[in-house]
Amino acid sequence: MPGITREDVLHIARLARLELSDPELETMRAQLDSILTYIDRLKVLDVTGVEPTSHAVPLVNVMRDDEVVPSFPQDEMLRNAPDRVGELFRVPRILEDSA
Amino acid sequence: MIGRPIHELTEAYRRGETTPTAATETYLARIAKLDGELGAYLTVTREQALRAAADSDARYRAGKARGPLDGAPLAYKDVLCTRGVVTTCGSRMLEAFVPPYDATAIERLTAVGAVMLGKGNMDEFAMGSSTEHSAFKPTRNPWDLARVPGGSSGGPAAAVAASLAAGGLGTDTGGSIRQPAAFCGVVGLKPTYGRVSRYGLVAFGSSLDHIGPLARDVTDAALLLQAIAGADARDATCLPAPVPDYAATLAQGVKGLRLGLPDEYFIEGMDAEVERAVRAAVDVLRGLGAAVERISLPATPHALATYYVIAPAEASSNLARYDGVKYGLRVAGAKDLVEMSSRTRAAGFGAEVKRRIMLGTYVLSAGYYEAYYGRAQKVRTLVRRDFDAAFGRVDLIVAPVTPNVAFKHGEKEDPLAMYLNDIFAVPADMAGLPAISVPCGFSAAGLPIGLQFIGRALDEASVLRAAYAYEQATPWRERRPSLG
Repeated sequence: MPGITREDVLHIARLARLELSDPELETMRAQLDSILTYIDRLKVLDVTGVEPTSHAVPLVNVMRDDEVVPSFPQDEMLRNAPDRVGELFRVPRILEDSA
Repeated sequence: MIGRPIHELTEAYRRGETTPTAATETYLARIAKLDGELGAYLTVTREQALRAAADSDARYRAGKARGPLDGAPLAYKDVLCTRGVVTTCGSRMLEAFVPPYDATAIERLTAVGAVMLGKGNMDEFAMGSSTEHSAFKPTRNPWDLARVPGGSSGGPAAAVAASLAAGGLGTDTGGSIRQPAAFCGVVGLKPTYGRVSRYGLVAFGSSLDHIGPLARDVTDAALLLQAIAGADARDATCLPAPVPDYAATLAQGVKGLRLGLPDEYFIEGMDAEVERAVRAAVDVLRGLGAAVERISLPATPHALATYYVIAPAEASSNLARYDGVKYGLRVAGAKDLVEMSSRTRAAGFGAEVKRRIMLGTYVLSAGYYEAYYGRAQKVRTLVRRDFDAAFGRVDLIVAPVTPNVAFKHGEKEDPLAMYLNDIFAVPADMAGLPAISVPCGFSAAGLPIGLQFIGRALDEASVLRAAYAYEQATPWRERRPSLG
């Protein structure tokens, strides 16, 4: 049994940048516990010496010629920004005022 | 011509019996009349469709039609970017997102004259098997409105089944094309991983995401795949392999083909009607000259658990981009960046997406990575090896798509019960193999059942050929839901 605790859920939610309400926290704990219990069946398999698969189709280092091609216009790419100043994304302050 | 396959519709254009504009208007009128109840579309692009249809009319008049998809009215799952047309992914997070470019698959269909009717409903960020996880509305199954159409491509699948589109595109990460195709009684093809460019597809599980057709018949699926397949410099995972002429080999029959019937796809607890229909379909194939033998894919019982480690892990990483900074939703009033992202994600994502992000973050987190993610990647190798071994003996694998027919709305509230629906669909995603769902009958209650063919990597031609042979030998495609 994975034995997921409320503290585990809070820790994971912080890592995932996901604010959870109190009722959501308990539901999430119970559901993660149940899903991970199901997943734990994989532990009975012997995978010693088996190489991992990261992609179904082996393709490595796909290269293209180093040529300059046109990019999207900046204004068009910024059109979906929730908040912007000129050509910048505006976000809440991230540094303390030290001055 | 409403409800006829694309190849018949465009043949009628060529003969001058109808026009793209007439067909498009009829489809739009049907959508206006029926989609309030069905919920297959999130956005209907009426003006754009009529403009594209008028252009197509002109090409037919000038004898310059661009092939069998010119003027075909289609529904695209709302996970595919469309330039200037809102692309929501079924999520509040992207409710107002207007992409600055088209997905390659859509760009290629537009280039051969296809007409976009609108954007199809889906489970949020393609996570789900019922389209109940759309943030906007559920889609209903045209065969029984109390039931789900499957998911996550439930919108376009229901649209094709209900004749609210002549065909469409869906995506399949863990069964999301084939399972709704089976539930709605249409054809759904998941091509080989990398066969179709994913440029402009909103990412869910990058090692598992596939784009493919939803169609009224196998011929249409072949035509749609033909248009979207092939190398694309904008997607480094898109394979450079040449694209064969799928229509050319469609009618070659199954005589001499070796089909494998895997023991692990007939399990305790599966619907007896589904098992009967699939076994009867296998008899039909035998009658058509295919050699059928029992095979074993022993890792199958572990594939779903493996999927629910790998797909959420990739999703948690892919969905980290929705931080409220560059595009999508932003919740106002946060005092710092972390709070802004955390509150934006809390407000923008629904319960299933949150669950998968949490699960994925957990299996990738320090102390658990090797036990879960590392192990799952190794089991994925076992799944792949099973298929490699099987394809040494047989040309195709034939199996059910789902263990049951469409279930009722609200019936699968336990997430795990919902996940188990994709138990037969997930292995082909894990191994990146081409797989199709083709209708193979109906339950006593009149609900469609799907037959699955899985092929070798890049052998869509054989998958289509076997599905076509079966389809032509059986009457299922002529049955229509009584809706409207």
